[in-house]
Amino acid sequence: MTKKLDYDEVREVALLARLELCDNEVEEFATQLSSILEYIEKLDELDTDDVEPLAHSLPIKNVFREDIPRECLSRDEALSNAPDTDGEFFIVPKILDDNSNA
Amino acid sequence: MSDNILSLSCKQLRDKILAREITSVEAVEAVFNNIEKVEPKVGAYVSLDKDRALDEAAKIDKRIANGENPGLLAGVPVAVKDNMATEFGTTSCASKILADFKAPYTATAVSKLIDAGAIVIGKLNMDEFAMGSSTENSGIKQTYNPWNLDCVPGGSSGGSAAAVAAQMCFASLGSDTGGSIRQPASFCGVVGLKPTYGRVSRWGLVAYGSSLDQIGPLSKDVTDAALMLNVIAGDDERDSTCVDESIAPAKDYLGELDTPIDGLKIAIVPEFIESASDEVAAAINSSIEVYKRQGAEIVEISMPHFEYAIATYYIVATAEASSNLARFDGVRYGHRSDDIKDYMGVYSKSREEGFGQEVKRRIMLGTYALSSGYYDAYYLKALKVRNLIRQDFTQAFEKADCIIMPVSPTTAFKVGEKTQDPLEMYMADIYTIAANLSGVPAVSVPCGFDKDGMPIGLQILGPSFQEDKLLRVARMYEVNSGIEYRKPAILD
Repeated sequence: MTKKLDYDEVREVALLARLELCDNEVEEFATQLSSILEYIEKLDELDTDDVEPLAHSLPIKNVFREDIPRECLSRDEALSNAPDTDGEFFIVPKILDDNSNA
Repeated sequence: MSDNILSLSCKQLRDKILAREITSVEAVEAVFNNIEKVEPKVGAYVSLDKDRALDEAAKIDKRIANGENPGLLAGVPVAVKDNMATEFGTTSCASKILADFKAPYTATAVSKLIDAGAIVIGKLNMDEFAMGSSTENSGIKQTYNPWNLDCVPGGSSGGSAAAVAAQMCFASLGSDTGGSIRQPASFCGVVGLKPTYGRVSRWGLVAYGSSLDQIGPLSKDVTDAALMLNVIAGDDERDSTCVDESIAPAKDYLGELDTPIDGLKIAIVPEFIESASDEVAAAINSSIEVYKRQGAEIVEISMPHFEYAIATYYIVATAEASSNLARFDGVRYGHRSDDIKDYMGVYSKSREEGFGQEVKRRIMLGTYALSSGYYDAYYLKALKVRNLIRQDFTQAFEKADCIIMPVSPTTAFKVGEKTQDPLEMYMADIYTIAANLSGVPAVSVPCGFDKDGMPIGLQILGPSFQEDKLLRVARMYEVNSGIEYRKPAILD
């Protein structure tokens, strides 16, 4: 019943979440997340077979408007917080190696 | 004189500014004089800009001298939680990942304050990305409770509550995802209102749990909460989850505020009161007597799914957070690690360095709950229980006009007391989380002090979009309880 996360599972979730955890954190999170999940299993006490899931407290609907261009951030504004930029683009490390044919 | 200015409410100060008895510049000066004395001990602010505040105040004074009325908050110094985007200063969310972030736009709720003549003097400390109940998760600094500097101010809007309590602004904005306005308001002895989900625009509020987050005011009294809500409520084409005004129009929340409540039905859930600490329970029981004396009818109800709210919340909120916080990737803004070998490192190393422990913990939990194989068992299950919790409220409001209960099981705890065990910290939100899951409005009103002189809060919850009635019930408590506005000893 109890779902205890082992270190490998924690590392796998960390990869999905794009977090490069250190070993101490993997250990800490394995313990903490396991105890939180154990608590959350309290929900299994309830029979919810006939209950609709509720993602949103209000009924939500699409909100449409005419597709008219409006003022938006200028390039300079959009780049103003960039960690690395050449003034036109965001700069990131290569995502393909030099031998790639792509 | 300065001391007299500081104890005024927003409404009183605005009236004096409009009557030209006090200038906005004088009010700003008075607040900053007090900040110089108190802020080094309390630490409520992440950033302050006195020069800008004085400039803006001088403009308001000039407009008034020219016979204009700048609006409902003319010349009043206020402050906002640092997760609301402002074109001036930084918007850090108290996170290292956004420490230097300068937003290119201003959040709608903040723009509305400014358009109403308020002077935004600074940005307030919080738990990083609003994740926490004590402001101890701030990546920038610790905020201390003005009533006892050994205690936490609550959280996540701890700075917002501490600044109002310590008279370092006249009112503030916070955000409430699971109690983050009401619980710090309770811990610091001020009024805190979480409006109905959809009542106030979230545009420019850095998202944590998008289906739960709501901006609201913290203030010295209920009248100011109504005044602030008058300013910030309403539809916004930039937030598609704002409620359509044709369905639920924003109201004048000051209009009915002082109307007596005799004949109103107020629900209590006896076991919720019994499960709080003795002193909190005693204060809530006294408040029930205050309402009985005014002719309110007290109805006992049960809310059988309430006890599942924390478990539900820590799936729903963390799932939404894991998705919302994916945008902090070191590419377009925010921290990028210096120690990067490849493109993957831009994401994972920057996030590892930039996020604090609680944020990582919640991202991990949410990622796990949404991951293949666990989605049905955790996320879908939680959404179903969320529906049951909402049904508890629907049934309660068929029997009563509002529900009262504690805000928190205890008064403010000591700094460091709960930081070792995340689950224990989560339990501090037991009474506040259900309102967010259901979307209903709720307010925290000061209702006394414990034997150590720490404030206790009374929580009042009402049906969706009935903030007018909710605030009236709160106001009638304030008027009839005999509890007078007190200021913390730190201000003497």
